[in-house]
Amino acid sequence: MISIAVARNLRYNYGTRAALDDVSFSVATGTLFGLLGPNGSGKTTLFRLLATLIPMQSGELTVCGFDVTTQQSSVRRQLGVTFQSPAVDVRLTVAENLKCHGSIYGLSGTTLNNRVSEMLQQFGIADRSRTIVGTLSGGLKRRVELAKGMMHDPKVLLLDEPTSGLDPRARQEFWEFVSVQQKKQGTTIIVATHLMPEAELCNRVLLLDRGRTVAEGTPLELQSRLDGERLTLRLRDAASHLDSLRAIVGGNVELHGDRVTLRPSNPAEQIREIMHSFGDQIVSLELTRPSLEDVFLELTGRSLSETGDIND
Amino acid sequence: MTETDDPAQFNAVVALTKRELLRFLRQRTRVIGAVGQPIIFWILFGAGLRTSFKAPSWADGLSHTVSYQEYFLPGVAALIVLFTAIFSTISIIEDRREGFLQGILVAPVSRLSIVLSKLAAGTFLAILQAGLFLLIGPLISMLGLGSPIEATWSVSRMLMATGFLVLIAAELTALGFSIAWPMNSTQGYHAVMSIFLMPMWLVSGAFFPGGDSGWLFWVIRLNPLTYGVAGLRRLLYNTTLPVTAELPSMLACVSVTCIATVTLTLLSAWLVSRQSVHNSA
Repeated sequence: MISIAVARNLRYNYGTRAALDDVSFSVATGTLFGLLGPNGSGKTTLFRLLATLIPMQSGELTVCGFDVTTQQSSVRRQLGVTFQSPAVDVRLTVAENLKCHGSIYGLSGTTLNNRVSEMLQQFGIADRSRTIVGTLSGGLKRRVELAKGMMHDPKVLLLDEPTSGLDPRARQEFWEFVSVQQKKQGTTIIVATHLMPEAELCNRVLLLDRGRTVAEGTPLELQSRLDGERLTLRLRDAASHLDSLRAIVGGNVELHGDRVTLRPSNPAEQIREIMHSFGDQIVSLELTRPSLEDVFLELTGRSLSETGDIND
Repeated sequence: MTETDDPAQFNAVVALTKRELLRFLRQRTRVIGAVGQPIIFWILFGAGLRTSFKAPSWADGLSHTVSYQEYFLPGVAALIVLFTAIFSTISIIEDRREGFLQGILVAPVSRLSIVLSKLAAGTFLAILQAGLFLLIGPLISMLGLGSPIEATWSVSRMLMATGFLVLIAAELTALGFSIAWPMNSTQGYHAVMSIFLMPMWLVSGAFFPGGDSGWLFWVIRLNPLTYGVAGLRRLLYNTTLPVTAELPSMLACVSVTCIATVTLTLLSAWLVSRQSVHNSA
C-alpha cells in the first residue's frame, strides 16, 4: 500500500497545553481514514495541521509527498476540505459558489463550466444550480459543500465532523455520496469525527485521547482487541442486583445509570440464568460484539461523548 | 510564498472580486448605508451651518463665495468612500465567522491575492458611489435643498478626480482591511469606527477648516486623509487653488495618499500571511 499522508511524531501546544503529543500515522492511498476522539482529543488540531491552517510546531507531516511546511501550496492543490462550519457563500447561488471555487483553483473557461455541471450532476444538485445557497436545507448545503470541495479533483478530501447538525437521513445520504467518490474516483478521504457509526465506515481508524494515540487499526481489529461479547442489561433497581449478577457471570460488572455491562464467559448459559433470576425486572437485554465506543472506553476509561476540553 | 507569479493568481483575484460584487448586489441596503447617510449629512449640515460658515483663505481668489455646502462637498465624497470601505472590509469578519474565509485560506491562493481582491472590490464600489454623488450632488441644490454650487466639469478634470478617488478608496479599503483582519466580531469593528475612523474623517478638513495654528491644526496636518480630501477639493475647481496652511499642494496630496495606500496594502498582506490559530477559529 502506498501512503498518501504520513505523520511522524507530531506535537502541538496551545501555550502550555499539549493538544497533540507524539502522534504518528500513515494513510494509504484511496482509503477512508478516520480520526476518532472526543472533543479535546486533538483531532481538530490534527485536522487543521493537515489542512495547512495552522503552522507546524514539531514533527513531520507530508501529503502526497509534499511537506506541509515547506511545500504548502503544493499540498493545498491536492486537498479538498470540508469544514465543520460551512465554507460556502450563503448569498451566492450553488453554481456561483462552485464557479468561484473552481477559479480559485485555477480552472477557467469551458473546463470550469464543464466541471461545474459534472459536480452538480454527481452530487444530485443540478436542479438547484440557480438557488441561493442560504435557502437550501442542511443536507443539500452539505452536498454543495462536498461538490465544492471536489471541484478541483483533489487527491485527498478532508472532512471535519461533516454531518454535524444533519438529520439521520441526510447523514446517510451524505455518506453515500462520499463513498461513491472514494470508490469511483479513488479519492483518499480523511474524516475527523466523534460519531461511532461514521468511524465504523472507515477502512482504518486512529483513536485519539488528550492528544495521544490510543490505538490504530481497522475497526474490526480494534474491536477484536477486546475479547468476548458484551451483555448489556437494563434492569429495574439495577444497583441492588450487582452482587447477584457478579455471582452468575463472575468478574467485571459495570453500572452506567440503569445499564449494567457484563462480559459473559458462556453467554448462552448465563443469559438463561439471568432471565431465570431477574425475569420481570429486565427492561432489555442485548448481546453485542464490542463497539468502537467500548474500545475507547476500555482504553481510556472515558466515553467518546465526554468533553475533554471545550477549546478544541 | 513563491506562488504569486502564477498566472492562476489573476483568475483567483478576479473570481474573489466578482464574488464581492455579487454579494454587494444582493445586499442593496448597503447602498443606502454608504450613500444615504452622507447625503443626509450634507443637506442637513449644509442648511444648518450656512449662516455661520466663513470660507477659508484659499477661497479668496474665487469669483464666488464658497458656501458651507460647497466646502463640505469633497468631505461628503470622502465619507462615502470611507463608509463603502468599511462595509467592504467588515465582510472579512463575516467571512471568517461564516466559514467562507477558511475555504479560501486552505486554497492555493497567494495571501496577496486575498488582499488585492478585497481592495479591488472595495475600491470599485467606492468610486462608483462617490463618483455618482459628485455628479448628482450639485443637482440637489437645484431642488432648493441647498445653496447653488459652481460645478463646471471638464472631461480631463473628471478623469483626474476619478483617478484620485481610486487612490483614496484603495487607501481607506486597505486601512479597513488591516483593522478587520485581526478581529473576531463586527462589534469590535463598530467601536473602531466610532472612536477612530469617524474622528479621522472629522479632522481631515472634510467637515470644518482647521485654521492655521493650534493643536487642531496639527492634528489635521498629520492626518493622511487630510491630503485625500484636499486633493479632491483641488480637482473640483477648474482654477488652481492657492497653497495655504489648510490646503496642501496637489503634489503633497498625491504623494501622501500614494505612500499611505502602499503602506496599508503591505500591512494588510503581512497580516494575512501570518499563519495562525486565529485563522481556524
